[in-house]
Amino acid sequence: MEKTVNQKAWFLVLPVLALVAFSAVIPLMTVVNYSVQDTFGNNVFFWAGLEWFSNMLESDRMWAALGRQMVFSGIILAIEVPLGIFVALNMPKKGFWASVCLVLMALPLLIPWNVVGTIWQIFGRVDIGLLGHTLDRLGIDYNYTQDFFAAWATVIVMDVWHWTSLVALLAYAGLQSIPDAYYQAAKIDQASRWKVFRYIELPKMQGVLMIAILLRFMDSFMIYTEPFVVTGGGPGNSTTFLSIDLVKMALGQFDLGPAAAFSIMYFLVILLISWVFYTVMTNLDKREGK
Amino acid sequence: MDWMAWTGPTAIFFAVIACLLITFTILAIRFPETPRVGVLRIETTRGDRLFITLLGSAFINLAWLGLVSAPQWGALILCLIYAAAVFRWV
Repeated sequence: MEKTVNQKAWFLVLPVLALVAFSAVIPLMTVVNYSVQDTFGNNVFFWAGLEWFSNMLESDRMWAALGRQMVFSGIILAIEVPLGIFVALNMPKKGFWASVCLVLMALPLLIPWNVVGTIWQIFGRVDIGLLGHTLDRLGIDYNYTQDFFAAWATVIVMDVWHWTSLVALLAYAGLQSIPDAYYQAAKIDQASRWKVFRYIELPKMQGVLMIAILLRFMDSFMIYTEPFVVTGGGPGNSTTFLSIDLVKMALGQFDLGPAAAFSIMYFLVILLISWVFYTVMTNLDKREGK
Repeated sequence: MDWMAWTGPTAIFFAVIACLLITFTILAIRFPETPRVGVLRIETTRGDRLFITLLGSAFINLAWLGLVSAPQWGALILCLIYAAAVFRWV
């Protein structure tokens, strides 16, 4: 059935538009204004032109943070998406245990970021934390405040613990929507488990997986609280991701101009990647609809 | 509005973007169009093409600033060529 087109429905979006204007658009315009000026406080500004943008483009610090951020998001996606699918495939389809699994999976998602950070910060400590103490007893030299690999491993495992269930729940919802007839047909054709996954389950999960990848990418690209609480961006700068670096620059050093230029570039990268994801997603939907 | 630290150039920048958005809204109402598929193999409307143009122009300007040591208006010329190409082929 063709959907009716009624452009007047756009007026219903007006309240949201007003809210977003106040909470996002006006602050963003202010950031653009800051990015071409210099200030020493007291709301007195001096024209700086594109200087901050050139400085930031030449800044090793920003490129390093961007590189770390890309590596972090890449690792997160490479672990969480396959793991989430694997968990979803092995979850009970119905009955009591299905509900138990769903509740257990949803639990980490309900915990606020800073609490997750605190949990892992204590969990990983060698003196009082269960994980840190156990690893220490096993003879593994683990100290996330001093060792580069330990810090990265902790931050990544923490994110995997916190967010894999989101991917799993989305993939699970996708799996539940596949009619039994598909599996029966596959059985008649004596399809192997791998072929059932490759030709039935994966294509049917495509839509939800795209949403899962988009959400996980955006969230990990903007990550701030968890690594900030656990490692504070250290040791050195090794877990200083874009947001952490930005906050250090804007609030720690009060370099509003460079931080604003940095924010705009950060925003543009996010806008570009979101647009690519969104376009791919809507085009997949259209192709499926045909 | 003092707290927003306005400057002339940024005011002009936002005014141009606002004018573009208003123009394209009026165009979309006056002359409704069907989406078309261009070189990117995706369906685009005029609004989509405007978005691609603006986002691409931002990156062109940044690349120009970082890589080319010529005045910034060179990037603007490049952006206009890019805009024409996007509206013609995308």
